[in-house]
Amino acid sequence: MKKNDWPLWEVFIRSKNGLSHKHAGSIHAADADMAIENARDVYTRRQEGVSIWVVPSTSIVASNPDEQTELFDPAENKIYRHPTFYNLPEELNHM
Amino acid sequence: MDNDQLKDNLIRLVTHLGDNNLILGHRISEWCGHGPVLEQDIALTNIALDLIGQARMYYQYAAELTGGNATEDSIAYLRVEREYSNYLLCERPNGDFGTTIARQFIYDSWHYFFLHALQNSADKQLAAIAEKSIKEVAYHKRYSSEWLIRLGDGTSESHVRVQTSINDLWKYAEEMFEPAAFENIAISNNIYPRPALLKEQIDSFRLEILNSATLTKPEVSYFQTGGKTGIHSEYLGHILSELQYVQRAYPGLEW
Amino acid sequence: MESNYNLETRFQERIDREEKIEARDWMPDKYRKTLIRQISQHAHSEIVGMLPEGNWITRAPTLRRKAALLAKVQDEAGHGLYLYSAAETLGATREQMIEDLHTGKAKYSSIFNYPTLAWADMGAIGWLVDGAAIMNQVMLTRTSYGPYARAMVRICKEESFHQRQGYEILLTLCRGSEAQKAMAQDAVNRFWWPSLMMFGPSDKESTNSAQSMKWKIKRKSNDELRQQFIDATVPQAEILGVTLPDPELKWDEESQHYNFGEIDWDEFWRVVKGHGPCNEDRLKARISAHEKGAWVREAAVAYAAKQKEIADQKAISA
Repeated sequence: MKKNDWPLWEVFIRSKNGLSHKHAGSIHAADADMAIENARDVYTRRQEGVSIWVVPSTSIVASNPDEQTELFDPAENKIYRHPTFYNLPEELNHM
Repeated sequence: MDNDQLKDNLIRLVTHLGDNNLILGHRISEWCGHGPVLEQDIALTNIALDLIGQARMYYQYAAELTGGNATEDSIAYLRVEREYSNYLLCERPNGDFGTTIARQFIYDSWHYFFLHALQNSADKQLAAIAEKSIKEVAYHKRYSSEWLIRLGDGTSESHVRVQTSINDLWKYAEEMFEPAAFENIAISNNIYPRPALLKEQIDSFRLEILNSATLTKPEVSYFQTGGKTGIHSEYLGHILSELQYVQRAYPGLEW
Repeated sequence: MESNYNLETRFQERIDREEKIEARDWMPDKYRKTLIRQISQHAHSEIVGMLPEGNWITRAPTLRRKAALLAKVQDEAGHGLYLYSAAETLGATREQMIEDLHTGKAKYSSIFNYPTLAWADMGAIGWLVDGAAIMNQVMLTRTSYGPYARAMVRICKEESFHQRQGYEILLTLCRGSEAQKAMAQDAVNRFWWPSLMMFGPSDKESTNSAQSMKWKIKRKSNDELRQQFIDATVPQAEILGVTLPDPELKWDEESQHYNFGEIDWDEFWRVVKGHGPCNEDRLKARISAHEKGAWVREAAVAYAAKQKEIADQKAISA
């Protein structure tokens, strides 16, 4: 990045109260206040949001895709974590 | 004053408010595609859209009061220079980004407190327009104030540039405080806020932001006025020749 | 360390299984480069594309049209921004991409090198140019690179009003006075062929196509998309009552497609190479905006640095 380039920020938007913030995209801004405003001007032009988070892109720590199998595959055979694993009589309608 | 005169007066007032927003919105819309950075191009266009939207509300109301074949477009497009009554400030050229911000800051600092008071207008329609607009204008005021501070307290170049813009524009900063005849009538009917009562608040807000921006409030020996009575700068005619071009070249058609 | 051969084979298998590739995944260098080139070119097209329509914002004939046009041109800025962001996930920087545009190293869609000479051009651009772009963009919502596909989904959602906006302008003109009809027809005459050129050279001539199809960056060939566009557009022209300027345009019962005349490829290459009516003006306008904005960008960075210093000092003394 050159001296006068504005850093990149990741934008997360809550579309309405009750829902969590979701990644919407990114923007450039010189400071945090401007980042919120740029995110507002770019990503909520069609009433997409009621709340915005901005995070400097460099602050995001991501898992390594090469470790995907060791991180996530082990959950695959733990089927007892899902309700359908348990056999119950049909007359027990809603459990 | 009889009812017809009162109505004519209200039409002038409402049209004046529309003109401010249309002409300033027109100026800001000239930035679209030419902003200093993509994000600010989008931000400026949002402001232009807000102002043009507000102009439409005033013109629609003026058209309703006028009756006959009047529409928002006949009012926006089919008058001559002397019939537009926007503040001189609104027609000043964009200049550089700092000039646009300085102009916007002077306008927003008035516009916000004005709309705040207009929400209490005895005219229900004007009060409703004010209530709707003030949310947008609160954001404009925040945007132009923050940018004025960034530019004023940024680099030495930006400081000099924006101080120069403020110096150049400050002579247009007080037109809003001198009521025209049509405003005085509306004031006496509780339709319109008394500008003198807003002045203190606006002055102190302007000063606060100028201080934060490390900028100096200019000493102005003579404040320019005249827009409200149709005595404009030469810029307005050129704005109108663009704005009205299609309507004038092909009169009386649907678009 | 796995050999490149194995990595590439596994990469292609993922593509074949319709898995999306994400920013940090391994990818062949050429895939990355192709995407950066294509996405940045796409972003530049959105940004340069603001200029021909921006030319009519101050002259829009009604306030309703003015607001719609402003919002539309602003959307193009937004779309450019989403696309630059997508390219940035691949390691490109916006500053570098913009520099490449300004030096002429990177291209943008040639359609924007044609002038807008009448209000009807706003209609023709919305209908034909956006219509052609949408064909391409809908395909790209399924492109193999995740961030690009997501940007396209957002863009397609927002674009849905653009073509309707343009078509409505033309419809109003075509139902208006003789002068308005003539204005609409003239705009269609000027924009029809350049719109067909937007899909790029024919498949026989297109060098990058085969690999891009294999990587599922694109999923339909230039000629397929062009045909799809023509088939969709001809009936819309009939509703408007405008004539498309191609005497060979004719429904073919057998293929169930419209046949059309030969595109003037000399013109296509001439404009690509910089000799369109507005190439220089467009680039000059972009460079000028960027250069005139330099002091603003710099001031914001300087102000942010000062604020950070103040905050840091407060933190130390606290």
